[in-house]
Amino acid sequence: MKYQQIWVAFWTVLVREVRRFMRIWPQTLLPPSITMAMYFLIFGNLVGSRIGQMDGFPYIDYIVPGLIMMSVITNSYSNVASSFFGTKFQRSVEELIVSPMPNWAILAGYIAGGAARGLLVGIIVTLVSMFFTRLDIVHPLLTLVVVVLTSLLFSIGGFINALLGNKFDDISIVPVFVLTPLTYLGGVFYSIHTLPTFWQHVSQLNPILYMVNTFRYGILGVSDISAGWAMGAIIIFNVVLFALALSMLNRGKGIRH
Amino acid sequence: MSVPALSIRGLTKVYGNQHQALKGIDLTVNDGDFFALLGPNGAGKSTTLGIVSSMVNKSAGKVEIFGIDIDRNFSLAKYQLGVVPQEFNFNPFEKVEDIVLAQAGFYGIPRKKALSRTRQLLEDLGLSDKREQQARTLSGGMKRRLMIARALVHRPRLLILDEPTAGVDIELRRSMWEYMQRINEQEGTTIILTTHYLEEAEALCGNIAIIDQGTIVKDSSMRDLLAELDVETFLLDTEEPLVQAPVLEDFQIELLDSGQLALAVKRGQHINDAFQQLSQQGIRVTSLRNRSNRLEELFVSLVDHGKEAGGIR
Repeated sequence: MKYQQIWVAFWTVLVREVRRFMRIWPQTLLPPSITMAMYFLIFGNLVGSRIGQMDGFPYIDYIVPGLIMMSVITNSYSNVASSFFGTKFQRSVEELIVSPMPNWAILAGYIAGGAARGLLVGIIVTLVSMFFTRLDIVHPLLTLVVVVLTSLLFSIGGFINALLGNKFDDISIVPVFVLTPLTYLGGVFYSIHTLPTFWQHVSQLNPILYMVNTFRYGILGVSDISAGWAMGAIIIFNVVLFALALSMLNRGKGIRH
Repeated sequence: MSVPALSIRGLTKVYGNQHQALKGIDLTVNDGDFFALLGPNGAGKSTTLGIVSSMVNKSAGKVEIFGIDIDRNFSLAKYQLGVVPQEFNFNPFEKVEDIVLAQAGFYGIPRKKALSRTRQLLEDLGLSDKREQQARTLSGGMKRRLMIARALVHRPRLLILDEPTAGVDIELRRSMWEYMQRINEQEGTTIILTTHYLEEAEALCGNIAIIDQGTIVKDSSMRDLLAELDVETFLLDTEEPLVQAPVLEDFQIELLDSGQLALAVKRGQHINDAFQQLSQQGIRVTSLRNRSNRLEELFVSLVDHGKEAGGIR
């Protein structure tokens, strides 16, 4: 397949993915906006005003970056997991398998689709947050890069989950039992410096901590960990997971007999 | 001689549960052929076609599509191939036109060209007025035609039709036959057809292979195969009810019910002789038809190992 044809094929997958989540916007775009508005109202304004400052910032300002990142992570992941599992379930994945489209382009199309939803939800949640507080972004480029890389990373994760899943339960187990706890414990609501030393060390094993903190560093200029080190780790995670997903796809894991 | 549309050598498939679905089959389908691949359920037809279309990984063997080895350049080979699977395999919530357009996109066809081809195919297959509808709203026959349109959008030279008329009413089946014959004859598209409607295979296909238990048990032209038929069984409806089967010299005849006889006519025998004997016994026949179609009789004899071929069943 020539590169121009691969581009057309990639674009087709991406557009189809975007159309899918836009078509069902009450399920994909609306819920995170409402949920996050509740977080901003209850934890940010009502409870937050009693908590005081965190790392030198009003509590609402401190949690906004974490909540934006939480929305990006869960939406990127669940978009690809549910969409690709759906194509497996309906067998429409065969449309892709019989085509000459290279596997890396199929993977890239789904990842881009997941990232598109994650980033769109991130933008919506950011707009919602502006009703509650006003943030000046300290490092705009870093903020953009880290949110894009994170959405890509969790889109790949969602793809792997969909490849391995055999039933609908399988694609909800990881978000509910792995992703949500790791996100809540990943420094969204607190600085790990408020934890005892032992739990600070344990928290550092949580990859989401690095993403949330790097994103917060980009917006507020404060972080529990080194932003440079975290960026390196996110890039490495992306490369390793992409290679893993591609290898599974090449072997036909979960989609071919 | 031109390169075969499909060449299969020593194709073997062993599934994870150690079930050997294909036992080293060889098969050649010539360019421009309308080819029937028949076999009972579980014989290995879908596995064979699944390997050709990359939905199943082979265990061993070689597959070439128009001379292109799928192990060397599957991407190029896939351009030659269109697949209409047995089961509906599209997103039922997508619009009819979008499903075909997306498939064109997966083959790298730019949108403008894809749109014109899609609309032409939907027109040819009688789906133009449905193009804005979600696929789930289509009838079974329309869904089958949608899958044919989707398989043809990149203009493949080899089209695989895996039971394309299953569950389709007679009128629609006939119109699908005509369409398939047209693309085979006028556009030179090679077609491989699997079907359980044996009269369909007999009417459409020039060459045939029968697969059973992972082995090709017959591979010949339809004409040669039908010439092998030793016995044809006819059903005769009689004007008057009978209490027992008449005895006919040199013919095997059986009373099915009081007004119907099953007459076996061996190769070289003349059916007139049987009628003459029936007339002499005062039995008047009001109608005559094949018990099953000729190909079906052969098919059953080839895949039914427990019974003697050709006898009255």
